[in-house]
Amino acid sequence: MMFREFVEFIKSDEGPAPSAQQREAASPSKVIGAALPRIDGPLKTTGKALYASDYNFPNMTYCVPVRATIASGKILRIDSSAAAKMPGVLLVLHHGNIMPLYRNASGGRNSENRPPFEDDTIYYWGQYVAAVVAETFEQAQAAAAAVRVDYDSQRFNVSTVLEDSLPAEGQPGGPRLLSHRGDPDAAFAAAAVKVDETYTTPVETHNPMEMHATVAVWDGEKYTLYESSQGVMNHQTVMAQVLGEPKENVEVISRFIGSGFGGKLFPWTHSAIAAAAARKLNRPVKFTLNRKMMFANVGHRPRTQQRLRLGATAEGKLVALRHDYRNHTSLGDDIRENCGEATPFLYSTANLAVTSALVRRNVGTPTPMRGPGAVPGLFALESAMDELAIKLKKDPVALRLSLDTLEDEEKKKPFSSRHLKECLQVGAEKFGWSRRTPEVGSMRKGDVILGWGVACASWGASRGASEASVSLRSDGTVRVSSGTQDIGTGTYTVMAQVVSDKTGVPIDKIEVILGSSNLPPGPTSGGSTATATIMPSVVDAVNAATKILMTVATTTKGSPFNGKDASKLMLMDGCVCEKGASSPVPFQEILKAANVGSADGRGRSGGLGADPKARDYSTHSFGAQFVEIEWDPGIARVRVSRVVSVIDGGRILNKRTATNQIAGAVVMGIGMGLLEETIYDPRNGHPINDNYADYIVPTIADTPDIDVHFLDIPDPIMGEYGIRGIGEIGLAGIAPAITAAVYHATGIRVRDLPVRIEDLLAHTGPSTKRA
Amino acid sequence: METFQFSRPTTIGQAIQLGAKASTAQQVADVRFVAGGTTLVDLMKLNVERPRQLVDINLLPMEKIETTAEGGLVIGALARNADVARHPVVLRDYAVLSEALLSGASPQLRNMATTGGNLLQRTRCVYFRDTVHACNKREPGSGCSAIGGHNRMLAILGTSKDCIASNPSDQNVALTALEATIQVEGPRGKRTIPINDFYLLPGSTPHRETVLEPGDVIVSVTLPPPRGVKSHYLKLRDRAAYEFALASAAIVLRLNGKKIEHVRVAMGGVGTRPWRSLEAEHVLQGRTVEMETFRRAAEAALKDARPASENGFKVELAKRCLVRALVTATATA
Ligand SMILES: Cc1cc2nc3c(=O)[nH]c(=O)nc-3n(C[C@H](O)[C@H](O)[C@H](O)COP(=O)(O)OP(=O)(O)OC[C@H]3O[C@@H](n4cnc5c(N)ncnc54)[C@H](O)[C@@H]3O)c2cc1C
Ligand code: SF4
Repeated sequence: MMFREFVEFIKSDEGPAPSAQQREAASPSKVIGAALPRIDGPLKTTGKALYASDYNFPNMTYCVPVRATIASGKILRIDSSAAAKMPGVLLVLHHGNIMPLYRNASGGRNSENRPPFEDDTIYYWGQYVAAVVAETFEQAQAAAAAVRVDYDSQRFNVSTVLEDSLPAEGQPGGPRLLSHRGDPDAAFAAAAVKVDETYTTPVETHNPMEMHATVAVWDGEKYTLYESSQGVMNHQTVMAQVLGEPKENVEVISRFIGSGFGGKLFPWTHSAIAAAAARKLNRPVKFTLNRKMMFANVGHRPRTQQRLRLGATAEGKLVALRHDYRNHTSLGDDIRENCGEATPFLYSTANLAVTSALVRRNVGTPTPMRGPGAVPGLFALESAMDELAIKLKKDPVALRLSLDTLEDEEKKKPFSSRHLKECLQVGAEKFGWSRRTPEVGSMRKGDVILGWGVACASWGASRGASEASVSLRSDGTVRVSSGTQDIGTGTYTVMAQVVSDKTGVPIDKIEVILGSSNLPPGPTSGGSTATATIMPSVVDAVNAATKILMTVATTTKGSPFNGKDASKLMLMDGCVCEKGASSPVPFQEILKAANVGSADGRGRSGGLGADPKARDYSTHSFGAQFVEIEWDPGIARVRVSRVVSVIDGGRILNKRTATNQIAGAVVMGIGMGLLEETIYDPRNGHPINDNYADYIVPTIADTPDIDVHFLDIPDPIMGEYGIRGIGEIGLAGIAPAITAAVYHATGIRVRDLPVRIEDLLAHTGPSTKRA
Repeated sequence: METFQFSRPTTIGQAIQLGAKASTAQQVADVRFVAGGTTLVDLMKLNVERPRQLVDINLLPMEKIETTAEGGLVIGALARNADVARHPVVLRDYAVLSEALLSGASPQLRNMATTGGNLLQRTRCVYFRDTVHACNKREPGSGCSAIGGHNRMLAILGTSKDCIASNPSDQNVALTALEATIQVEGPRGKRTIPINDFYLLPGSTPHRETVLEPGDVIVSVTLPPPRGVKSHYLKLRDRAAYEFALASAAIVLRLNGKKIEHVRVAMGGVGTRPWRSLEAEHVLQGRTVEMETFRRAAEAALKDARPASENGFKVELAKRCLVRALVTATATA
């Protein structure tokens, strides 16, 4: 989903207006920003953290799907007679016998609109056509292999060339004008220096370590779904509609997630299949995807094809910018990859247009992948900027600095906090950019040629509505909970830090409960908005609980504060004390004395949209990323050797988890730049490299020296602490910085990702002689 | 995966007896030996291998690594890749084998993988590994999906119109350059097979990969006394680790001053079997160490290359690999 869409999505969840927060950010204690290790780390390293497929219940059954072996057509016949007779087989589900499953129309977002087994039509290779449930996983797998399906195969299209003829701009199905100012075409035509190039990014598949899984339990009345979900609340909202149940009859649990990268934002069809099977059998059902299914059934980053036109004066003033892109989507769903996310505001220009069009392919439905839209979009925009700098004979950092703007020229509003310039300057300094010589192949280190490239990164900043609850308990601990989840990013830890900051209670006395739709509604972990969304509610909940505590303190006989003015009391270092007076009392002593188990507070906060101040500003994060590659022309080998990332992402709550987000994104960017591409066999539509040996991602040996630096400047508009988000932006500049570096080393401009040995073999560089 | 019987013989004789009941020792074998299991169990899970009986050979006395009277080295078939790679004699006299092994797979896999199992590892052709697609190697006569399909990783040398699968092993490339021999015990007794006679070209029978017959147990691999003092294994691939070779080269040579007195050249990732290049050796033999000669050797080695739709780049890559390996091998002391 595009960032803007994501904002719409979180807005649609917006609850009542904020109650009592938005107070000026007090200067935070030492715990904010500290490089604390994850509080859930020990659970994970000792295997105690339960992921979806780790849940086991008495009478468990196992579900294995049968997948289509054509990319388009009709199911003629499903013969499950042999499978049904196999040992342990309990059920073979398909479109002929599945209970009613519904499309969702009342809020929330599903991945595939079409419920599983809705009819006999096949839209993509690997689509589930049946599912076998058996007593053991092995039995289900063997029986699934024995189900015979006859198809009427029809014409399909998985072409990587997105040149399909489309209706004109503005017509249904034609390109949409997403952004426009000035007269970009005339300005481009008249420009002294022009870049007009097309860039493509391939299909990329989400490859979290933990594959999707659902364990569905039906108790005769209610479903409990153990999921690997980036959004338990949305999952509940959607699945209640799909299953035709009131919301309270569906609980979604997702305590630990082995990452998602966007692929687990919205429910996928296996969840409904598992739930339907559990209901039919009245037994728990476990449905785990394998790696092959990850490539067909649970989304991907869609292929993009982007034409960039930049026009500049001879001095380097950007006079025209046109970004016309297409992306593929599935037959059933319109997924627009918002490649123009950063184009309208990243650089100053008077004349600009962004258009977007969809092209249909027989593939599974695409879904957001880390930095959806912005990441492939910035690959194109930042590559074009590099090409422009070369044409202008300008340094690529200097060119970008000269085009910086503190006003969002699209929205005609100032940025709440934009420090792209500082990112470029600090990054250049740390990287040693001033030593760069611009000539191709001019920098060496021993036997290899060095290439240095740079690109800017950007990602929107927003927050939605949320709720949280906090209990100050008479055993001296604090419990904080919300229906959000930690997808591995550190949400458990930063929530504990904020509670510790506000109460003075040490981290190890704080219990964080996440990952159930029964908890107060919390945010989806997507769009880099979860932290900024939840913290105002956590603070509000702490305040509400503290208020109860103070009431207890001032109304309990024997309390040293009995009869005092509650508004004069405060909670400091875990103790209640009176302003200006000494003798603080640990909060649990107050509760114990009053025989009160806990002081509970519920916190709420509205989204950015509910904050009138926010309307006057454009809120985004920025960054600058510098990449060094080593190029060995004798054997056509490129390796990334050094990366510096400087991120302007608002206040950083935890240096360690934040650095981990950026460094991890850099590694992912190396995959995007040099390795990753899902390949559909044009003869049958099968994503043919659907495994870890043939779809390659970087290994530790591919991981260079990564320097991560945060400007750590709070965003005054983003509420408590001034947090933005840092989950996605770290990926945004890596691929274009890599291709810029590859050009600098080899003179070869790769506009179609990933950069492959095939692209570089043409190069016979100066050192080929020495081999 | 299908149900199978499992037995654990303790003598080589028992293993031979059990194995001899198989209809074939090639694809579709109904009895399989299992050593480290890192190839076989994978393929069983994918339903590519469907043995009715598994014979676990891990209890057989075949794990030793010992020097021979003539100064060679006998490596037991069950010696783990990790142990072979770190063996002092291998490091001293057959460094190319250590380099090749350490460039392959991952530490965990190398701890399991055995010398004999590695000799028999199967191709990584995606169509071979997915029973949905036609594949002559998996199902004789069904057709070859890789020709005209996704074949970027596959072979350019020794291919046929029925199969272009590459042999993915690193170990076997080094063993080929070292002129290893393979000791086999079977129902008809013991025999020794030079590695270059061990593998078959696909021709019209790609499901037959080696000369092994039912019941044949590989007991060891013997390296002749070291002939070259210089050697090198170079593996080129898209990422830095944990990936099969796009192209690799093993060089073993002895110099007299600048003159190449003895040379063996083998290539990986490009052939349907571990690829000994007599053509390259012929160009190099007796010549002096020179870039120009290396280039001519590389040209000669790839002269007969027949690329498929996606792997044409391997011709140039393999040449560069060979040249660089020769440069490094002749430069090392
Ligand atoms: C993820 C992954 C990555 C890999 N990467 C690489 C790589 O980069 N380079 C590389 O070279 N290899 C690589 N490999 C392959 C690995 O080297 C082989 O799987 C391994 O060497 C096989 O040895 P094994 O003992 O596990 O064989 P097994 O799986 O036990 O057996 C393989 C075959 O050999 C037969 N067999 C085994 N021992 C004997 C014997 N003594 N006599 C007769 N028959 C026998 C078995 O019946 C079976 O058919 C990789 C494997 C995996 C899974
Ligand atoms: S190349 Fe060989 S292994 Fe691959 S599909 Fe063709 S026949 Fe099968």
